[in-house]
Amino acid sequence: MEDHAQLAGRVTELAYALDTFYFLVTGAMVMWMAAGFSMLESGLVRAKNTAEILTKNVGLYSIACIVYMLSGYSVMYPGAFEGGVFQSLSSLGTGLLASTDHGVADVLGSGGETYYSSLADFFFQVVFAATAMSIVSGAVAERMKLWSFFLFAVIMVGFIYPVQGFWKWGGGFLDAAGFQDFAGSGVVHLCGATAAFAGVLLLGPRVGKYGPDGQINAIPGCNLPLATLGTLILWLGWFGFNGGSELKISDVGEANAVARVFVNTNMAASGGLVAALALARLWFGKADLTMALNGALAGLVAITAEPLAPTPLAATLIGAGGGLLVVASIVTLDKLKIDDPVGAISVHGVAGIWGLLAVPLSNEDATLTAQLLGTGSIILWVFLASGLAWLALRHTIGLRVSEQQEYAGVDLGECGLEAYPEFTRAD
Amino acid sequence: MKLIIAIIKPFKLDDVREALSNVGVQGITVTEVKGFGRQRGHTELYRGAEYVVDFLPKSKIELAVADEDADRVIEAILEAARTGQVGDGKIFVTDLEHVIRIRTGETGAMAI
Repeated sequence: MEDHAQLAGRVTELAYALDTFYFLVTGAMVMWMAAGFSMLESGLVRAKNTAEILTKNVGLYSIACIVYMLSGYSVMYPGAFEGGVFQSLSSLGTGLLASTDHGVADVLGSGGETYYSSLADFFFQVVFAATAMSIVSGAVAERMKLWSFFLFAVIMVGFIYPVQGFWKWGGGFLDAAGFQDFAGSGVVHLCGATAAFAGVLLLGPRVGKYGPDGQINAIPGCNLPLATLGTLILWLGWFGFNGGSELKISDVGEANAVARVFVNTNMAASGGLVAALALARLWFGKADLTMALNGALAGLVAITAEPLAPTPLAATLIGAGGGLLVVASIVTLDKLKIDDPVGAISVHGVAGIWGLLAVPLSNEDATLTAQLLGTGSIILWVFLASGLAWLALRHTIGLRVSEQQEYAGVDLGECGLEAYPEFTRAD
Repeated sequence: MKLIIAIIKPFKLDDVREALSNVGVQGITVTEVKGFGRQRGHTELYRGAEYVVDFLPKSKIELAVADEDADRVIEAILEAARTGQVGDGKIFVTDLEHVIRIRTGETGAMAI
């Protein structure tokens, strides 16, 4: 018969294991969002540009993981490392890999403070960094040089993203000011969208997208089943994105919170989709599938700032707000001649801002002032820093493929192969 | 010999194929093409932007026939491919100088 202390120890260890497992599984679900982005984007570009955007997606994910390990993680959480902000870089990430994880004695003696594996923490964080970077790939699709994009990914994940991540989650000034961002409407989505926005301004629209008399020419995506699949994969992954951000599941309170986060996440996506679909029907006379898909994602982005506090009905309405805004934003950006083939800036930026500013509606600890501070700081920092990075790339290796390459399709120019070689080309 | 080229509505392809079989045609070539005649295109809407689709998908059938069979074959295609709606297509008939079967080297009527 074990004595009381031994039994208590075992329960604590079990809770540690459960919380660690929870981080790992939700982190894996967020990793799976990379498949969502890949399918969504490849469905919304033309066939001749499909292989390149897939290469961009798998490449950026991998580059993000490596760069975050080498540099980003310690920039974002310098408090966790001796040796300060660039500790990780100076040891080439071996500090992270070589450090021993928490021992049983440490866990039991920590009074509940040390409750999950430190490598699980890195795993959960690295997939978020990759998600933020992934947002950029759709907006610059069909005309950006692949390797310029990859170089930007290094700068973004190594430095730009972690700095503003630190401000909120690493214990920086935004956190101290009371800025609320549960899972990253600002830190991840608005950040990615702002970097995309800066990039698109410096890149220019696709050839033939805007006519000389102000016409907006449609460039339809080549595979709507893939786009739909991608959206549903992202939807599923988002349960990990928001659910995991509760950061704990191993007691009644936390488990209930996680359940509420899952429900609210789902309701927001549903609200966003229905709202976008309805608005598209009313405005354009047709039920545009691509708007519906963007609507669901906008709903998800909007609730990401605060998926715990609202009631499920409120979450549905917050998502619906995102859905309405995203349709209006997509049309507006086109009118401003800002070419975003997949709607990334609208989905992740505009809906992200809405999500951040809607937090005070359900969370008493949030103030509009603090939310505005956070929103503004993220936009300002990311726009300037990434704008500089894009500019530097433009003046060195160049950002854009040649017009000839754009006509032939970036698959041939950048990847040397085609995504659908057996199908006759439509254009 | 004649080379008959028929541009038809894609959903009529199976009907035309069957009709040709029934009049004794043993081989045809089919290509997917785009085009328009008097049938105008239509407007579509993508993310709020209108665009005109001028070219409509059609199927092109090519087959070689002996002179004496030409009329029968043309009649079969007409019956099978006609819907009465604009956009039914056209049949072109040209003279065919030579036909050679690649496998055996047979020429002329033997090769059709």
